[in-house]
Amino acid sequence: MYNQPSPLEVQVLTRRFRLPNSHKIETYLANDGYKAVEKALGMTQDEIINEVKASGLRGRGGAGFPTGMKWSFVPRTSPKPKYIMVNADESEPGTCKDRLLMEFDPHQLIEGIIIAGLAIGAQQGYIYIRGEFRYLIEHMDRAIAEAYQRGFLGSNIFGRGVTFNLATHSGAGAYECGEESALLESFEGKRGNPRIRPPFPAVAGAYQCPTILNNVETYCAVPSIILGGAQYFAGLGSPKNGGTRLFCLSGHVNKPGVYELPMGFNLMRMINEVGGGIRGGKKLKAVIPGGSSCPVLKADECDLAMDFDSVAAAKSMLGSGGVIVMDEDTCMVKAALRIMKFYAHESCGWCIPCREGTAWLKKLLQRFHDGMGTKSDIVLIGDLSKNMLGRTFCPLGDAAAMPTIAFVEKFREEFEAHLDGKPCPYEKSSRLVAA
Amino acid sequence: MTFSPELEARFERFLAKYPADRKRSALIPMLIYGQDEVGSITDEFVEEVAKRVGVTPLEVREVAGFYSMLHYKPMGKYHVQVCTNISCLLTGGEELYERACHKLGLGHKQVSADGRISLEEVECMGACSWAPAVQINYDFYHDVTPEQLDKLLDGLKAGKEPEQISEVPKVNC
Repeated sequence: MYNQPSPLEVQVLTRRFRLPNSHKIETYLANDGYKAVEKALGMTQDEIINEVKASGLRGRGGAGFPTGMKWSFVPRTSPKPKYIMVNADESEPGTCKDRLLMEFDPHQLIEGIIIAGLAIGAQQGYIYIRGEFRYLIEHMDRAIAEAYQRGFLGSNIFGRGVTFNLATHSGAGAYECGEESALLESFEGKRGNPRIRPPFPAVAGAYQCPTILNNVETYCAVPSIILGGAQYFAGLGSPKNGGTRLFCLSGHVNKPGVYELPMGFNLMRMINEVGGGIRGGKKLKAVIPGGSSCPVLKADECDLAMDFDSVAAAKSMLGSGGVIVMDEDTCMVKAALRIMKFYAHESCGWCIPCREGTAWLKKLLQRFHDGMGTKSDIVLIGDLSKNMLGRTFCPLGDAAAMPTIAFVEKFREEFEAHLDGKPCPYEKSSRLVAA
Repeated sequence: MTFSPELEARFERFLAKYPADRKRSALIPMLIYGQDEVGSITDEFVEEVAKRVGVTPLEVREVAGFYSMLHYKPMGKYHVQVCTNISCLLTGGEELYERACHKLGLGHKQVSADGRISLEEVECMGACSWAPAVQINYDFYHDVTPEQLDKLLDGLKAGKEPEQISEVPKVNC
């Protein structure tokens, strides 16, 4: 692990991370490994899906859709082959947990994938790993080879006459491919443009066949659910938000790191007690609670339970678990600009409101930060953002618009402080952000 | 076009991963692994990959142009990537990038005259809790200080391999 654990952690998915050779199959087998899949082999498809439904597990990629329900949408009678796809294209700014799940406990992921395969009768799975994680592609390949060697993958898994094969798949650098339908396009060897839905991947996913597509952390939770039972897993979290979550604390905290905490853990406690408070004794200004696409929270909004529903009630999102903490010296205009620069770079260009909107917003925010903004630009930034909302095939347009709207609404005075040629009050010397 | 036996074997494995009538799925993995050996997405490489996965060269170019890790001109032997996205920005990533620009005399996606070092300002690389982060080729460096960056870049400029710069260890397994 790259950071010290916190005594407040509830380690379920990460419980093997600090064992010596935690990534080896022997370590996994000596610590409950592959017991859940053996149990699942004795269950019907409905029993597995119902267990996942009852656990309250919700998608860890960002949207928080109930996992068991997603699995139940796969048509049973389809004559087509079915696929399990794993989204390991971790690229939401602020998020660095799937890396650890693959690095320190790859067999937990493999076991979760096999159980998902049993749940829908799939015989093939693929792990789509972002290209930058080359070492993890090779790492997962070695773990998959170990599982084949033991007969846990292949044409007769666990000697039960069931077939399940698994392989990794490399991306090549594109945030958009973390979006489910763009990921499928990319997997098929195409540009990562999103697909129009419906049909959803459960009906027409990889190669237009029924497909389950979930985040790495979602699959990693499945063995604990099957082995410990739905009630155990649900009881770890808050109502309708089963289990724990790997929160990635970053930014101006004393102890940044990835911490596994119960769903519903209080955000202020996370910052102060888990993260050791703000660096240099500074004051908290703002937090982005779930990766860069989530609307920013002001310091006084952070007494908040970190589960999907509570954060949504606070008009933001729990997202992918990337908790980005900003102190009192952070320029909110610059933060908004850097985030927009990212979305402008990553917009796939398929939908005009997103392609044009992100490019124009980047220019406007850049001009603003350079001190050349006008008061009407503040309104224009809000208008442009609102014109993107809900007008694109995939959520990237919303992901760019929502945080921008929040930055402008919640920190309008900071935008006004940049007006009329005034230099950024937070920067020692005025400089341009590299275009 | 000929590839090393290792790359040929890898291409074989890639093509075997997918259903027989879905060879196109191997396209992006072939491009990125192939680029490491070929140096960049050259015309000859495009045509060879197109033939092997059963699409036209134009379709390969259409795809390759989409992905930020695929380059039409060769990057340096050591491709230094500095993240300046939000978590790295908050912890000094932008200063690291500027420092690298000055030290190397290079800008975004520029390559040194001897072809040894290139620089890129990159988007989030998934090391946010250990920011600021740098990647050299595929190796991660976490919590990089300006002094460590200097050591890395000075070492590379002096002809060392990244592994020989022991003061700044890479982190991945």
